[in-house]
Amino acid sequence: MALNRRTFLGVAGAASVTLASPMVLAGGHSKPRVVVVGGGAGGATAARYIAKDSKGEIDVTLIEPSRMYYTCFFSNLYLGGFKEIDDIGHSYGSLAAGGVNVVHDWAIGVDRDAKTVSLAGGGSVPYDKLILSPGIDFVDGAVQGWDVSAQNAMPHAYKAGSQSELLKAQLMAMPAGGTFAMIAPPNPYRCPPGPYERVSMVAHYLKNNNPTAKIIVADPKPKFSKMALFQEGWADHYDGMIDWVGEEFGGANVSVDPNAMTVTIDGEETKVDVCNVIPAMKAGRIAELAGVTEGNWAPVNAADMSTKADGDIYVLGDASQQGDMPKSGFSANSQAKVCANAVRGALTGSKVFPAKFSNTCWSLITTDNGVKVGATYEATAEKIAKVDGFISKTGETDDVRKATYEESEGWYSGITADMFG
Amino acid sequence: MKKLSFLLLLISSSLISTTVMSSELGDPERGKQVYKKCASCHMVGVKAKKRVGPPLNNIINAKAGGVANFKYSKALKKAASDGLHWDLDALDAFIENPKGFLPKTKMSFRGLKDQADRIDLIAYLATFSGGELAAKVDEGFTVSKDILALEGDIEYGEYLSSECTTCHQSSGDNDGIPGIVGWETEAFVTAMHAYREKQRENPVMQLVAGRLSNEEIAALAVYFKDLTEDN
Repeated sequence: MALNRRTFLGVAGAASVTLASPMVLAGGHSKPRVVVVGGGAGGATAARYIAKDSKGEIDVTLIEPSRMYYTCFFSNLYLGGFKEIDDIGHSYGSLAAGGVNVVHDWAIGVDRDAKTVSLAGGGSVPYDKLILSPGIDFVDGAVQGWDVSAQNAMPHAYKAGSQSELLKAQLMAMPAGGTFAMIAPPNPYRCPPGPYERVSMVAHYLKNNNPTAKIIVADPKPKFSKMALFQEGWADHYDGMIDWVGEEFGGANVSVDPNAMTVTIDGEETKVDVCNVIPAMKAGRIAELAGVTEGNWAPVNAADMSTKADGDIYVLGDASQQGDMPKSGFSANSQAKVCANAVRGALTGSKVFPAKFSNTCWSLITTDNGVKVGATYEATAEKIAKVDGFISKTGETDDVRKATYEESEGWYSGITADMFG
Repeated sequence: MKKLSFLLLLISSSLISTTVMSSELGDPERGKQVYKKCASCHMVGVKAKKRVGPPLNNIINAKAGGVANFKYSKALKKAASDGLHWDLDALDAFIENPKGFLPKTKMSFRGLKDQADRIDLIAYLATFSGGELAAKVDEGFTVSKDILALEGDIEYGEYLSSECTTCHQSSGDNDGIPGIVGWETEAFVTAMHAYREKQRENPVMQLVAGRLSNEEIAALAVYFKDLTEDN
């Protein structure tokens, strides 16, 4: 074991209590350590559950650079004017109060032999089990003409917070009759219905504030999540405003020019006022740095979310390649609880129960008009496999849609309480 | 206030969270008569919707201002953001003198000065909170005595509960998804079986309950029954 400052102090500390309580040294080592990188729906949940359920038997450190976490889920509702930005912001104070050691720093490397995570601010944190839940990063060169340096001219707004506020400001500043463009991402990506809920929310805003404005969506895919439901909603509520250009009509053949504010779809150049570029995605970079990715994502074992590459490193949520679950906050939260149970069992011998996963994604189309899709999943030897599912139907009554929306509000309170305590 | 405090003490000791033993609260039948004064603005029950006022299902111990999209007064929103919950004392004080309790509330009701009226009214509202509401929804749907008699494994229930708490808050709060803490076992088990047999509507719940065994439902029932914020 490398005798860095932290472990040295740990050993010294343990020795000093020997006289008072010899039991502390019974196992010959100090408390097991779990390090969680990334404080979103996967990481915050995993950190909270391990700290809560181990009742002090495990040291839990959460490494997350942001002081405030803005949920991607419901950030579209902020664009649509249904939420304020503060409504979707959460601090890490309650996690800290719940016993999680919250470190606001960037994890920039993992030494799998020494079992340490190095931090941008200097120093490193040792772990027995490492849980990576870094979300997504963007694939370089995915949209011709765009890279992250262009994110102020053409925001992605696919990590919520300042980018969401920027896109909202640009939406509000659009000239009368202007054009809002979206470059939608190829599969797989975070939140499958997300881009289309966003189109709905932008349309809702424009209908009330700039009714002659237009929305163009260039999409590399032939179809998308809840497509029939969204298209029905767009026809019913935003007739003539939204032009969706799918794969069949050249939606994959796209380039942008952030200086000229033009979008070229299948050879046809259009001047636009706002351009929301949502590029192709890959696992958050720390997963790649840890050497647990294959291609863009980190393959994991379905039973406990441990990586195929390293049994002491787990990957949750968007960054994982697990099988049938969509990349969503709900999925990450669900996976985190399975992982927390398994990690705690491995470190303290607590009972490990069989993995069970579920997901539901709600989307808002217009005021009081919500739709949802959901499924249950189980762990098989190969992957997380879908068991059963459902989706809202087209032509549902207003009452049903309203109840679905109200349910999504309840879910938001539920999952954020489950993540942060 | 003597009688009221005594009664409130009695029930609050038996219901840490949302369980309401209406029999200890007052007379819900009489409360139903008192409720007529509220009914022109508030609906309650399985089919309750927003009217001038919000529906009052699950109001006991609910976070104030929790009905989605209801246009609450600024005063109420402020109180809600300061943490107001409709526990029994708060409900009683509000109903006694709405404008006294919450100046600038939009609820134009002069208040129920009679203590017994308030106790009975709250008892009536309690029958639409937590497990009692479930019992009404499931009228006509029953599960066998053997199933109800199953002893749940609370440790397994705790693990399984993590699937529930993505949506249902472990505090018992209801912001659009009902609280499930503190329900009587029979109501909880009956409701879950009703979902599993697709006798209750919600597709998310049908899916989740659809793959729970009788033992797993029993485990969840025993876990959530005694869950309080302290443990």
